[in-house]
Amino acid sequence: MPQMNMVQAINDALRVAMRRDKRVVLLGEDVGKVGGVFRVTAGLFDEFGDARVIDTPLSEGGIIGAAVGMAMYGLVPIPEIQFADFIWPAYDQIVNELAKYRYRSGGEYPVSMVIRTPVGGGIRGGHYHSQHPEAHFVCVPGLKVVIPSNAYDAKGLLLSAIADPDPVLFFEPKRVYRAAKGEVPEGEYTVPLSSAAVVRAGDDVTVLAYGAMLYEALDASAKAQQQGVHCEVIDLRTLWPVDIDTILRSVEKTGRLVIVHEAPRTGGYGAELVSLVCEKAFYHLQAPPVRVTGFDTPFPYTLETEYMPLSHRILPAVLQVARA
Amino acid sequence: MDQTGELEKFYRSMLLIRRFEEEAARAYARGKIGGFLHLYIGQEAIAVGAAAAIRIGYDYVFQTYRDHGTALALGMDPKAGMAELYGKDTGCARGLGGSMHFFDVEHGFLGGWAVVGGHIPVAVGAAFKARYAEEDRVTLCFFGEGATNIGGFHEGLSLAGLWKLPVVFICENNEYAMGTPLKRTSPVTDIAVKADGYGMPGEVLHGHDVQEVRSRVAAAVERARSGGGPSLLEIKTYRFRGHSMSDPGKYRTPEELEERKKRDPLLVTRQTLLSGGVDEARLERIAEEVEAVIAEAITFAEESEPAKEESMHRFVYAAGEGG
Repeated sequence: MPQMNMVQAINDALRVAMRRDKRVVLLGEDVGKVGGVFRVTAGLFDEFGDARVIDTPLSEGGIIGAAVGMAMYGLVPIPEIQFADFIWPAYDQIVNELAKYRYRSGGEYPVSMVIRTPVGGGIRGGHYHSQHPEAHFVCVPGLKVVIPSNAYDAKGLLLSAIADPDPVLFFEPKRVYRAAKGEVPEGEYTVPLSSAAVVRAGDDVTVLAYGAMLYEALDASAKAQQQGVHCEVIDLRTLWPVDIDTILRSVEKTGRLVIVHEAPRTGGYGAELVSLVCEKAFYHLQAPPVRVTGFDTPFPYTLETEYMPLSHRILPAVLQVARA
Repeated sequence: MDQTGELEKFYRSMLLIRRFEEEAARAYARGKIGGFLHLYIGQEAIAVGAAAAIRIGYDYVFQTYRDHGTALALGMDPKAGMAELYGKDTGCARGLGGSMHFFDVEHGFLGGWAVVGGHIPVAVGAAFKARYAEEDRVTLCFFGEGATNIGGFHEGLSLAGLWKLPVVFICENNEYAMGTPLKRTSPVTDIAVKADGYGMPGEVLHGHDVQEVRSRVAAAVERARSGGGPSLLEIKTYRFRGHSMSDPGKYRTPEELEERKKRDPLLVTRQTLLSGGVDEARLERIAEEVEAVIAEAITFAEESEPAKEESMHRFVYAAGEGG
């Protein structure tokens, strides 16, 4: 089985989808001849031509709006927003048009499309090339939100997202774009949406993570084990609709919960997860849930290792919850 | 100042920017600077010419993420700029902003802006304030040709045209929106024609002649200052490096690059100075002075304290500033 990093795996998924289905088209800034700012679409322009791999002007609202129109009559557009930080001019199109289209047409106009966008910190991008805005999207009814942590899942989840009848926002954790390497099957396979993965089993503390921070959670869990604390680490993979059953199964076993995310704490996705767990498994909890997150500040150019919820911040939280 | 004296000053300022960025690129290669670094090399005459056309410190200036040149041309201390690139506490944004997010209140530099087009309506608001306060300040708003496709451009210029505000929009058309050429992203080749739709004059000029830039920007600034409303100046230019440090620029041919380097604003200005009677030794002295300034900036950046963790929290809300 070939070894791929996440960039190659996503590229491969796009190639597979485009070869089997002419309705699939890519559009975005620099996605064509250049192959994308992170080279995720490299080679696709040469194989599929400029009618299917479309260089657009810098116009996020236009890109997403046009993609909605394409999808209404059966195309499957895969727009790329160059950085998640640049998505805001398209937020109106996403919230008001894309996510509501099926609903307000009484099911007549499903909009099947996947918005791909690199997300997160770790490359010293500063204020506008580092943010992790999932909380602004999981609250949008009609939208699905996905984030892989590794190459295998990236390809399988993306192929599921492309086949899905609903619009999917597909976050790509750029910190591990090239670092997350692994075996990736050739050709077709899928990883189902709304299916979390238990990537490390343990009985003491449930740790929820996703994207680039999964590796930090795993690192902290390995260190916790040296101190006798056994973490169960769950890679959420799909943020919405979230696989609550897998989370509850784990929390009912451990009674203790740590949630890790890069985004600022207040109003972050972790707050929703805590609420869900409290609503559905309150009497199983043996300690207050703890969130390890970015700070309630803009993302700084320097101080990334202080800002991000890396292993050295996760470990004390895990030990605190375990011993509470 | 006579014409030659002025041009010599421009030459010095352009050389300072060039050398600042060459050394920044070197520091980046050594891992001293991280993240993104977008160089202005090749476009220096625009920043220097435009800065000479305004009242520095009184007028307002907005620039994109390719912001080092404009900040330096306005008079930002190269030490504060280099320290910002290094992520130091002594940097112009306390080391929290980096290359793309310079600020310099003293010189009216209201920021490098890293979201394309995001600053255009903001610049319009600054111009509105100047008129509201009955000040004759002018706002300069720089952006690239790629930004003219984004909503902020349309909405900003619509408002400025409607309200006849004292703002000069300067499109630095370097032909490539990151790696994609203008002809693949724009239905028109001259951005200046877009001005028609906003009820303002649009002009095209070339960015390698610093005195031409100065005089054409000055005319638009004068129009704005005297109540004549906004203008859109499209300045044709070219960047000699990639979009950023991670971009080798393979979407351009070496022949194209070589051709455009013949109009390097530093080269052109140097030739004009020499043919105007300035001798080589004089230019050599200017270069030595610039080298000393740059060396001092690097030493300062190297020796400064890193950005402080408390700074990260301090400027989020007004209440934090006491800490």
